[in-house]
Amino acid sequence: MNRIDSRKFKSMNRRELFKLVPVVALGAFAIPKIQKPLLKAGLSFSDWASAKLFRKGHLAPTFSDSELTPFDKFPLNTYDVDDPGVDFDKWTLTVAGDVQKPGDYTLAQIQSLPKITQNARHVCVEGWDVIGRYGGVRLSDFLNKIGADTTARFVTVECADDYYESLDMPTALHPQTLLCYEMYDRPLTREHGAPLRLNIPTKIGYKQAKYLTDLKVTRVLDRLGYWEDQGYSEFYGL
Amino acid sequence: MSTQAIAIENAKTGEVTEAVYEHPLIVRLCHWINAVALFVMVGSGLQIFRAFPSFGAKIPQKDLIHWPKAFALGGWLGGALQWHLTFMWIYMASGLVYIGYEIFSGNYKQVLFTPRDIPGVWPMLRHYFFFGPKPPEKEAYNPLQKQAYTSAIGLGVLSVLTGIAIWKPVQFSWLAWMMGGFHIARLLHFLVMWAILAFVFGHLVMVILHGWNNFFSMLTGWKKDPEYLTK
Repeated sequence: MNRIDSRKFKSMNRRELFKLVPVVALGAFAIPKIQKPLLKAGLSFSDWASAKLFRKGHLAPTFSDSELTPFDKFPLNTYDVDDPGVDFDKWTLTVAGDVQKPGDYTLAQIQSLPKITQNARHVCVEGWDVIGRYGGVRLSDFLNKIGADTTARFVTVECADDYYESLDMPTALHPQTLLCYEMYDRPLTREHGAPLRLNIPTKIGYKQAKYLTDLKVTRVLDRLGYWEDQGYSEFYGL
Repeated sequence: MSTQAIAIENAKTGEVTEAVYEHPLIVRLCHWINAVALFVMVGSGLQIFRAFPSFGAKIPQKDLIHWPKAFALGGWLGGALQWHLTFMWIYMASGLVYIGYEIFSGNYKQVLFTPRDIPGVWPMLRHYFFFGPKPPEKEAYNPLQKQAYTSAIGLGVLSVLTGIAIWKPVQFSWLAWMMGGFHIARLLHFLVMWAILAFVFGHLVMVILHGWNNFFSMLTGWKKDPEYLTK
Protein backbone atom coordinates (compact mmCIF):
# COMPACT_ATOMS: atom_id res chain seq x y z
CA MET A 1 0.00 0.00 0.00
CA ASN A 2 1.27 3.44 -0.91
CA ARG A 3 2.09 5.69 1.99
CA ILE A 4 1.92 9.47 1.68
CA ASP A 5 1.94 12.24 4.21
CA SER A 6 -1.17 14.13 5.12
CA ARG A 7 -0.07 17.41 3.51
CA LYS A 8 0.42 15.67 0.22
CA PHE A 9 -2.98 14.05 0.62
CA LYS A 10 -4.53 17.46 1.15
CA SER A 11 -2.96 18.98 -1.96
CA MET A 12 -3.99 15.90 -3.93
CA ASN A 13 -7.58 16.48 -2.81
CA ARG A 14 -7.40 20.14 -3.77
CA ARG A 15 -6.18 19.17 -7.22
CA GLU A 16 -9.00 16.69 -7.65
CA LEU A 17 -11.52 19.30 -6.52
CA PHE A 18 -10.14 21.74 -9.08
CA LYS A 19 -10.78 19.27 -11.85
CA LEU A 20 -14.51 19.81 -11.32
CA VAL A 21 -14.25 23.29 -12.86
CA PRO A 22 -16.31 22.25 -15.94
CA VAL A 23 -19.32 21.94 -13.61
CA VAL A 24 -18.86 25.56 -12.58
CA ALA A 25 -19.05 26.51 -16.26
CA LEU A 26 -22.75 25.64 -16.08
CA GLY A 27 -23.00 28.65 -13.78
CA ALA A 28 -22.84 30.75 -16.96
CA PHE A 29 -26.56 30.01 -17.27
CA ALA A 30 -27.09 32.00 -14.07
CA ILE A 31 -25.51 35.17 -15.46
CA PRO A 32 -28.40 37.25 -16.87
CA LYS A 33 -26.38 38.77 -19.70
CA ILE A 34 -25.30 35.50 -21.29
CA GLN A 35 -28.25 33.41 -20.18
CA LYS A 36 -30.39 34.60 -23.09
CA PRO A 37 -27.91 33.79 -25.87
CA LEU A 38 -27.07 30.46 -24.21
CA LEU A 39 -30.72 29.39 -24.08
CA LYS A 40 -31.21 30.63 -27.62
CA ALA A 41 -28.28 28.47 -28.72
CA GLY A 42 -29.75 25.52 -26.82
CA LEU A 43 -33.11 25.97 -28.52
CA SER A 44 -31.43 26.32 -31.92
CA PHE A 45 -29.52 23.10 -31.30
CA SER A 46 -32.77 21.38 -30.38
CA ASP A 47 -34.39 22.68 -33.56
CA TRP A 48 -31.43 21.54 -35.62
CA ALA A 49 -31.71 18.05 -34.10
CA SER A 50 -35.48 18.09 -34.68
CA ALA A 51 -35.00 18.90 -38.36
CA LYS A 52 -32.51 16.02 -38.58
CA LEU A 53 -34.99 13.64 -36.93
CA PHE A 54 -37.72 14.61 -39.39
CA ARG A 55 -38.26 11.91 -42.01
CA LYS A 56 -40.14 13.06 -45.08
CA GLY A 57 -41.73 9.68 -45.75
CA HIS A 58 -42.68 8.95 -42.15
CA LEU A 59 -46.38 9.45 -41.54
CA ALA A 60 -47.90 10.70 -38.32
CA PRO A 61 -50.26 8.17 -36.72
CA THR A 62 -53.84 8.43 -37.95
CA PHE A 63 -56.91 7.37 -36.03
CA SER A 64 -60.27 5.74 -36.50
CA ASP A 65 -63.47 7.79 -36.42
CA SER A 66 -64.31 6.35 -32.99
CA GLU A 67 -61.14 7.87 -31.55
CA LEU A 68 -62.02 11.41 -32.65
CA THR A 69 -62.40 14.09 -30.03
CA PRO A 70 -66.02 15.30 -30.33
CA PHE A 71 -66.14 18.54 -32.28
CA ASP A 72 -67.56 20.51 -29.33
CA LYS A 73 -64.63 19.33 -27.17
CA PHE A 74 -62.07 20.54 -29.69
CA PRO A 75 -60.40 23.53 -27.99
CA LEU A 76 -60.09 26.94 -29.57
CA ASN A 77 -56.73 28.54 -29.01
CA THR A 78 -56.72 31.88 -30.72
CA TYR A 79 -54.12 34.40 -29.71
CA ASP A 80 -56.35 37.36 -30.50
CA VAL A 81 -59.94 36.99 -31.66
CA ASP A 82 -62.04 33.92 -32.41
CA ASP A 83 -63.39 35.55 -35.55
CA PRO A 84 -61.34 38.13 -37.45
CA GLY A 85 -64.38 38.83 -39.67
CA VAL A 86 -63.19 37.42 -42.98
CA ASP A 87 -65.44 38.37 -45.90
CA PHE A 88 -65.84 34.96 -47.58
CA ASP A 89 -67.14 36.43 -50.85
CA LYS A 90 -64.04 38.51 -51.38
CA TRP A 91 -61.55 36.10 -49.85
CA THR A 92 -58.59 34.87 -51.86
CA LEU A 93 -55.25 33.41 -50.98
CA THR A 94 -52.55 35.77 -52.18
CA VAL A 95 -49.51 33.86 -53.41
CA ALA A 96 -46.11 35.47 -53.79
CA GLY A 97 -42.39 34.74 -53.67
CA ASP A 98 -40.42 32.10 -55.53
CA VAL A 99 -43.37 30.82 -57.59
CA GLN A 100 -44.09 30.78 -61.31
CA LYS A 101 -47.76 31.70 -60.91
CA PRO A 102 -48.16 34.31 -58.20
CA GLY A 103 -51.51 36.01 -57.66
CA ASP A 104 -54.84 35.56 -55.92
CA TYR A 105 -56.33 32.08 -55.67
CA THR A 106 -59.99 31.50 -54.84
CA LEU A 107 -61.18 28.74 -52.53
CA ALA A 108 -62.75 26.99 -55.54
CA GLN A 109 -59.38 26.92 -57.29
CA ILE A 110 -57.77 25.39 -54.21
CA GLN A 111 -60.60 22.90 -53.80
CA SER A 112 -60.13 21.70 -57.37
CA LEU A 113 -57.03 19.83 -56.18
CA PRO A 114 -57.42 16.24 -54.89
CA LYS A 115 -59.12 16.18 -51.52
CA ILE A 116 -57.49 14.49 -48.56
CA THR A 117 -59.25 13.65 -45.31
CA GLN A 118 -57.30 12.56 -42.24
CA ASN A 119 -57.92 11.91 -38.55
CA ALA A 120 -54.80 13.23 -36.91
CA ARG A 121 -53.53 14.23 -33.49
CA HIS A 122 -53.22 17.90 -32.71
CA VAL A 123 -50.68 18.52 -29.96
CA CYS A 124 -50.65 21.87 -28.21
CA VAL A 125 -47.41 23.28 -26.82
CA GLU A 126 -49.27 23.60 -23.51
CA GLY A 127 -49.39 19.83 -23.23
CA TRP A 128 -52.92 18.85 -24.22
CA ASP A 129 -53.85 17.03 -27.38
CA VAL A 130 -56.95 16.15 -29.34
CA ILE A 131 -57.69 13.99 -32.33
CA GLY A 132 -59.47 15.87 -35.07
CA ARG A 133 -60.79 15.17 -38.55
CA TYR A 134 -59.41 17.43 -41.22
CA GLY A 135 -60.17 17.78 -44.90
CA GLY A 136 -58.28 19.75 -47.48
CA VAL A 137 -55.67 19.60 -50.17
CA ARG A 138 -52.04 18.72 -49.86
CA LEU A 139 -49.90 21.81 -49.53
CA SER A 140 -47.44 20.02 -51.82
CA ASP A 141 -50.12 19.76 -54.54
CA PHE A 142 -50.85 23.45 -54.18
CA LEU A 143 -47.14 24.32 -54.28
CA ASN A 144 -46.96 22.29 -57.47
CA LYS A 145 -49.98 24.12 -58.90
CA ILE A 146 -48.46 27.55 -58.27
CA GLY A 147 -45.10 26.44 -59.64
CA ALA A 148 -43.25 26.90 -56.38
CA ASP A 149 -39.48 26.58 -56.34
CA THR A 150 -39.17 23.81 -53.78
CA THR A 151 -35.46 24.40 -53.43
CA ALA A 152 -36.47 27.56 -51.56
CA ARG A 153 -36.25 26.83 -47.87
CA PHE A 154 -39.50 28.14 -46.46
CA VAL A 155 -43.20 28.62 -46.95
CA THR A 156 -44.65 31.48 -44.93
CA VAL A 157 -48.27 32.36 -44.30
CA GLU A 158 -50.09 35.42 -43.05
CA CYS A 159 -53.50 35.44 -41.49
CA ALA A 160 -56.58 37.66 -41.25
CA ASP A 161 -55.92 38.15 -37.53
CA ASP A 162 -52.31 39.28 -38.19
CA TYR A 163 -50.96 35.94 -37.01
CA TYR A 164 -48.09 34.69 -39.14
CA GLU A 165 -46.12 31.47 -39.45
CA SER A 166 -43.25 29.88 -41.31
CA LEU A 167 -42.74 26.29 -42.39
CA ASP A 168 -39.57 24.52 -43.46
CA MET A 169 -39.84 23.13 -47.00
CA PRO A 170 -39.54 19.41 -46.07
CA THR A 171 -42.56 19.77 -43.78
CA ALA A 172 -44.43 21.84 -46.38
CA LEU A 173 -43.94 18.98 -48.85
CA HIS A 174 -44.94 16.25 -46.38
CA PRO A 175 -47.95 14.28 -47.67
CA GLN A 176 -49.98 14.96 -44.49
CA THR A 177 -49.47 18.73 -44.57
CA LEU A 178 -52.81 20.19 -45.69
CA LEU A 179 -54.34 23.44 -46.73
CA CYS A 180 -57.42 22.58 -44.73
CA TYR A 181 -60.91 23.85 -45.50
CA GLU A 182 -62.97 21.24 -43.64
CA MET A 183 -63.12 19.89 -40.12
CA TYR A 184 -65.31 16.95 -39.20
CA ASP A 185 -66.57 16.80 -42.81
CA ARG A 186 -68.03 20.29 -42.64
CA PRO A 187 -66.67 23.59 -43.93
CA LEU A 188 -64.36 25.22 -41.40
CA THR A 189 -66.20 27.32 -38.86
CA ARG A 190 -65.00 30.87 -38.32
CA GLU A 191 -63.45 30.02 -34.93
CA HIS A 192 -61.49 27.15 -36.44
CA GLY A 193 -59.98 29.32 -39.13
CA ALA A 194 -62.42 29.66 -42.05
CA PRO A 195 -62.08 29.67 -44.90
CA LEU A 196 -58.58 28.11 -44.96
CA ARG A 197 -56.10 26.96 -42.35
CA LEU A 198 -53.08 24.72 -42.08
CA ASN A 199 -53.23 21.18 -40.71
CA ILE A 200 -49.80 19.68 -40.07
CA PRO A 201 -49.84 16.44 -38.05
CA THR A 202 -46.03 16.49 -37.87
CA LYS A 203 -45.94 19.90 -36.15
CA ILE A 204 -46.97 21.44 -32.85
CA GLY A 205 -50.31 23.30 -32.76
CA TYR A 206 -49.10 26.88 -33.03
CA LYS A 207 -47.60 26.21 -36.47
CA GLN A 208 -51.06 25.35 -37.81
CA ALA A 209 -52.22 28.86 -38.62
CA LYS A 210 -55.87 29.77 -39.24
CA TYR A 211 -57.66 32.35 -41.45
CA LEU A 212 -54.91 32.25 -44.08
CA THR A 213 -54.74 35.25 -46.41
CA ASP A 214 -51.21 35.15 -47.83
CA LEU A 215 -48.77 32.44 -48.77
CA LYS A 216 -45.20 33.02 -49.81
CA VAL A 217 -42.33 30.78 -50.89
CA THR A 218 -39.03 32.21 -49.79
CA ARG A 219 -35.34 31.63 -49.16
CA VAL A 220 -35.00 34.00 -46.27
CA LEU A 221 -37.17 34.65 -43.24
CA ASP A 222 -37.46 38.18 -41.97
CA ARG A 223 -39.61 36.86 -39.15
CA LEU A 224 -40.22 33.32 -37.90
CA GLY A 225 -43.75 33.23 -36.57
CA TYR A 226 -45.94 34.90 -33.99
CA TRP A 227 -44.88 32.66 -31.07
CA GLU A 228 -41.42 31.82 -32.42
CA ASP A 229 -40.49 35.49 -32.42
CA GLN A 230 -41.29 35.55 -28.72
CA GLY A 231 -38.96 32.69 -27.95
CA TYR A 232 -40.77 29.47 -28.84
CA SER A 233 -39.14 26.78 -30.93
CA GLU A 234 -38.96 27.56 -34.65
CA PHE A 235 -39.05 24.00 -35.97
CA TYR A 236 -41.13 22.25 -33.28
CA GLY A 237 -41.67 19.05 -35.21
CA LEU A 238 -43.42 16.24 -33.40
CA MET B 1 -11.17 -0.67 -5.59
CA SER B 2 -8.93 -1.71 -2.73
CA THR B 3 -5.98 -1.68 -5.11
CA GLN B 4 -6.21 2.09 -5.00
CA ALA B 5 -6.13 2.33 -1.21
CA ILE B 6 -3.36 4.40 0.28
CA ALA B 7 -2.06 5.08 3.78
CA ILE B 8 -1.85 8.66 4.95
CA GLU B 9 0.66 9.53 7.59
CA ASN B 10 -0.08 12.62 9.65
CA ALA B 11 3.01 14.83 9.39
CA LYS B 12 2.84 15.90 13.04
CA THR B 13 1.49 12.96 15.02
CA GLY B 14 2.60 10.15 12.77
CA GLU B 15 -0.90 8.72 12.97
CA VAL B 16 -1.79 6.59 9.97
CA THR B 17 -5.22 6.51 8.30
CA GLU B 18 -6.28 4.92 5.08
CA ALA B 19 -8.08 6.35 2.08
CA VAL B 20 -9.59 4.96 -1.07
CA TYR B 21 -10.03 6.62 -4.44
CA GLU B 22 -13.73 5.87 -4.72
CA HIS B 23 -15.08 8.09 -7.49
CA PRO B 24 -13.11 8.59 -10.70
CA LEU B 25 -13.19 12.07 -12.22
CA ILE B 26 -15.68 11.13 -14.96
CA VAL B 27 -18.13 9.85 -12.38
CA ARG B 28 -17.79 12.99 -10.27
CA LEU B 29 -18.18 15.30 -13.27
CA CYS B 30 -21.24 13.39 -14.47
CA HIS B 31 -22.71 13.39 -10.97
CA TRP B 32 -22.54 17.16 -10.52
CA ILE B 33 -23.42 18.11 -14.08
CA ASN B 34 -26.37 15.74 -13.88
CA ALA B 35 -27.39 17.24 -10.53
CA VAL B 36 -27.49 20.74 -12.04
CA ALA B 37 -29.27 19.49 -15.17
CA LEU B 38 -31.82 17.58 -13.09
CA PHE B 39 -32.53 20.70 -11.04
CA VAL B 40 -33.18 22.69 -14.23
CA MET B 41 -35.23 19.90 -15.83
CA VAL B 42 -37.49 19.59 -12.79
CA GLY B 43 -37.88 23.35 -12.37
CA SER B 44 -38.64 24.04 -16.01
CA GLY B 45 -40.75 20.89 -16.26
CA LEU B 46 -42.98 22.15 -13.48
CA GLN B 47 -43.35 25.49 -15.26
CA ILE B 48 -44.33 23.63 -18.45
CA PHE B 49 -46.81 21.62 -16.38
CA ARG B 50 -48.36 24.90 -15.17
CA ALA B 51 -49.51 25.61 -18.75
CA PHE B 52 -51.86 22.59 -18.60
CA PRO B 53 -51.87 21.12 -15.09
CA SER B 54 -54.07 18.22 -16.05
CA PHE B 55 -53.88 14.75 -17.57
CA GLY B 56 -57.36 14.66 -19.01
CA ALA B 57 -59.16 16.58 -21.70
CA LYS B 58 -58.71 20.27 -22.45
CA ILE B 59 -62.51 20.63 -22.47
CA PRO B 60 -63.62 20.41 -19.74
CA GLN B 61 -60.26 20.95 -18.08
CA LYS B 62 -59.86 19.63 -14.55
CA ASP B 63 -56.67 21.06 -13.10
CA LEU B 64 -54.80 18.53 -11.00
CA ILE B 65 -53.05 21.09 -8.86
CA HIS B 66 -52.24 24.76 -8.97
CA TRP B 67 -48.46 24.56 -8.88
CA PRO B 68 -46.90 27.72 -7.36
CA LYS B 69 -44.75 29.77 -9.69
CA ALA B 70 -42.11 30.12 -6.96
CA PHE B 71 -41.28 26.42 -7.39
CA ALA B 72 -40.87 26.59 -11.12
CA LEU B 73 -38.19 27.83 -13.48
CA GLY B 74 -38.37 29.84 -16.68
CA GLY B 75 -41.06 32.39 -15.82
CA TRP B 76 -43.42 31.45 -18.65
CA LEU B 77 -44.09 28.48 -20.90
CA GLY B 78 -41.77 29.68 -23.69
CA GLY B 79 -38.95 30.41 -21.26
CA ALA B 80 -39.37 27.09 -19.49
CA LEU B 81 -39.27 25.25 -22.82
CA GLN B 82 -35.97 26.97 -23.65
CA TRP B 83 -34.49 25.70 -20.38
CA HIS B 84 -36.01 22.25 -20.81
CA LEU B 85 -34.93 21.81 -24.45
CA THR B 86 -31.41 23.10 -23.67
CA PHE B 87 -30.71 21.16 -20.49
CA MET B 88 -32.22 17.92 -21.76
CA TRP B 89 -29.09 17.58 -23.90
CA ILE B 90 -26.83 18.18 -20.91
CA TYR B 91 -28.95 15.79 -18.84
CA MET B 92 -28.79 13.08 -21.50
CA ALA B 93 -25.09 13.61 -22.24
CA SER B 94 -24.08 13.34 -18.59
CA GLY B 95 -26.25 10.23 -18.21
CA LEU B 96 -24.89 8.57 -21.34
CA VAL B 97 -21.26 9.32 -20.50
CA TYR B 98 -21.82 7.98 -16.99
CA ILE B 99 -23.52 4.77 -18.11
CA GLY B 100 -20.93 4.29 -20.86
CA TYR B 101 -18.09 4.75 -18.41
CA GLU B 102 -19.60 2.40 -15.83
CA ILE B 103 -19.94 -0.36 -18.41
CA PHE B 104 -16.56 0.25 -20.03
CA SER B 105 -14.59 0.49 -16.78
CA GLY B 106 -16.38 -2.28 -14.94
CA ASN B 107 -17.18 0.23 -12.22
CA TYR B 108 -20.83 -0.82 -12.53
CA LYS B 109 -20.06 -3.79 -10.27
CA GLN B 110 -19.83 -1.35 -7.40
CA VAL B 111 -23.24 0.20 -8.14
CA LEU B 112 -25.44 -2.37 -9.84
CA PHE B 113 -27.93 -4.19 -7.65
CA THR B 114 -27.84 -7.89 -8.53
CA PRO B 115 -29.62 -10.96 -7.12
CA ARG B 116 -26.54 -11.56 -4.97
CA ASP B 117 -27.44 -8.44 -3.03
CA ILE B 118 -30.93 -9.65 -2.11
CA PRO B 119 -29.94 -11.53 1.11
CA GLY B 120 -28.37 -8.34 2.42
CA VAL B 121 -31.49 -6.21 1.96
CA TRP B 122 -33.39 -7.26 5.08
CA PRO B 123 -30.49 -6.86 7.57
CA MET B 124 -29.88 -3.39 6.17
CA LEU B 125 -33.58 -2.42 6.38
CA ARG B 126 -33.64 -3.74 9.96
CA HIS B 127 -30.66 -1.58 10.78
CA TYR B 128 -32.05 1.58 9.20
CA PHE B 129 -35.65 1.37 10.37
CA PHE B 130 -35.89 -1.07 13.28
CA PHE B 131 -32.73 -0.40 15.30
CA GLY B 132 -31.14 -3.66 14.17
CA PRO B 133 -27.39 -4.23 14.39
CA LYS B 134 -25.33 -2.71 11.63
CA PRO B 135 -24.34 -5.36 9.09
CA PRO B 136 -20.60 -5.38 8.33
CA GLU B 137 -19.66 -3.41 5.23
CA LYS B 138 -17.70 -5.36 2.71
CA GLU B 139 -17.87 -3.03 -0.25
CA ALA B 140 -18.39 0.59 -1.15
CA TYR B 141 -22.17 0.37 -1.25
CA ASN B 142 -24.52 -1.71 0.87
CA PRO B 143 -27.39 -3.60 -0.80
CA LEU B 144 -29.90 -0.81 -0.13
CA GLN B 145 -27.59 1.80 -1.60
CA LYS B 146 -27.09 -0.36 -4.68
CA GLN B 147 -30.82 -0.81 -4.96
CA ALA B 148 -31.36 2.96 -4.69
CA TYR B 149 -28.63 3.89 -7.19
CA THR B 150 -29.67 1.21 -9.65
CA SER B 151 -33.27 2.42 -9.46
CA ALA B 152 -32.14 6.02 -9.92
CA ILE B 153 -30.26 5.12 -13.08
CA GLY B 154 -33.30 3.21 -14.34
CA LEU B 155 -35.54 6.20 -13.56
CA GLY B 156 -33.11 8.46 -15.39
CA VAL B 157 -33.37 6.29 -18.49
CA LEU B 158 -37.17 6.24 -18.16
CA SER B 159 -37.32 10.02 -17.82
CA VAL B 160 -35.50 10.33 -21.14
CA LEU B 161 -37.62 7.71 -22.91
CA THR B 162 -40.93 9.19 -21.72
CA GLY B 163 -39.60 12.63 -22.60
CA ILE B 164 -38.74 11.59 -26.15
CA ALA B 165 -42.18 10.01 -26.49
CA ILE B 166 -43.95 13.30 -25.79
CA TRP B 167 -41.40 15.54 -27.53
CA LYS B 168 -41.45 13.48 -30.74
CA PRO B 169 -44.76 11.54 -30.74
CA VAL B 170 -44.60 11.34 -34.56
CA GLN B 171 -40.96 10.50 -35.32
CA PHE B 172 -40.86 8.13 -32.32
CA SER B 173 -44.51 7.10 -32.53
CA TRP B 174 -43.48 3.52 -31.61
CA LEU B 175 -42.11 4.77 -28.31
CA ALA B 176 -45.34 6.59 -27.45
CA TRP B 177 -47.27 3.53 -28.59
CA MET B 178 -45.18 1.23 -26.38
CA MET B 179 -46.01 3.41 -23.40
CA GLY B 180 -49.71 3.18 -24.09
CA GLY B 181 -50.07 6.39 -26.05
CA PHE B 182 -49.21 10.06 -25.82
CA HIS B 183 -51.43 10.68 -22.78
CA ILE B 184 -49.93 7.93 -20.69
CA ALA B 185 -46.39 8.84 -21.79
CA ARG B 186 -46.96 12.40 -20.55
CA LEU B 187 -48.35 11.11 -17.27
CA LEU B 188 -45.40 8.70 -16.91
CA HIS B 189 -42.94 11.51 -17.61
CA PHE B 190 -44.54 13.43 -14.74
CA LEU B 191 -44.59 10.45 -12.36
CA VAL B 192 -41.00 9.50 -13.13
CA MET B 193 -40.02 13.02 -12.09
CA TRP B 194 -41.61 12.51 -8.67
CA ALA B 195 -39.92 9.15 -8.30
CA ILE B 196 -36.57 10.78 -9.08
CA LEU B 197 -37.34 13.54 -6.57
CA ALA B 198 -38.12 10.88 -3.97
CA PHE B 199 -34.70 9.34 -4.63
CA VAL B 200 -33.01 12.76 -4.41
CA PHE B 201 -34.73 13.40 -1.08
CA GLY B 202 -33.57 10.09 0.37
CA HIS B 203 -30.12 10.60 -1.13
CA LEU B 204 -29.74 14.01 0.52
CA VAL B 205 -31.00 12.72 3.87
CA MET B 206 -28.42 9.93 3.80
CA VAL B 207 -25.62 12.28 2.80
CA ILE B 208 -26.46 14.54 5.72
CA LEU B 209 -26.71 11.60 8.14
CA HIS B 210 -23.43 10.10 7.00
CA GLY B 211 -21.49 13.31 7.21
CA TRP B 212 -18.91 15.17 5.23
CA ASN B 213 -16.60 12.28 4.50
CA ASN B 214 -19.10 10.80 2.08
CA PHE B 215 -19.91 14.15 0.52
CA PHE B 216 -16.23 14.98 0.00
CA SER B 217 -15.54 11.73 -1.77
CA MET B 218 -17.95 12.84 -4.52
CA LEU B 219 -15.96 16.08 -4.77
CA THR B 220 -12.36 14.87 -4.63
CA GLY B 221 -12.79 11.17 -5.26
CA TRP B 222 -10.98 10.22 -2.05
CA LYS B 223 -12.73 8.71 0.91
CA LYS B 224 -10.92 8.60 4.22
CA ASP B 225 -11.25 5.57 6.45
CA PRO B 226 -13.95 3.67 4.60
CA GLU B 227 -15.49 1.05 6.84
CA TYR B 228 -15.16 -1.72 4.30
CA LEU B 229 -11.38 -1.30 4.37
CA THR B 230 -10.67 -1.25 8.08
CA LYS B 231 -13.04 -4.02 9.10
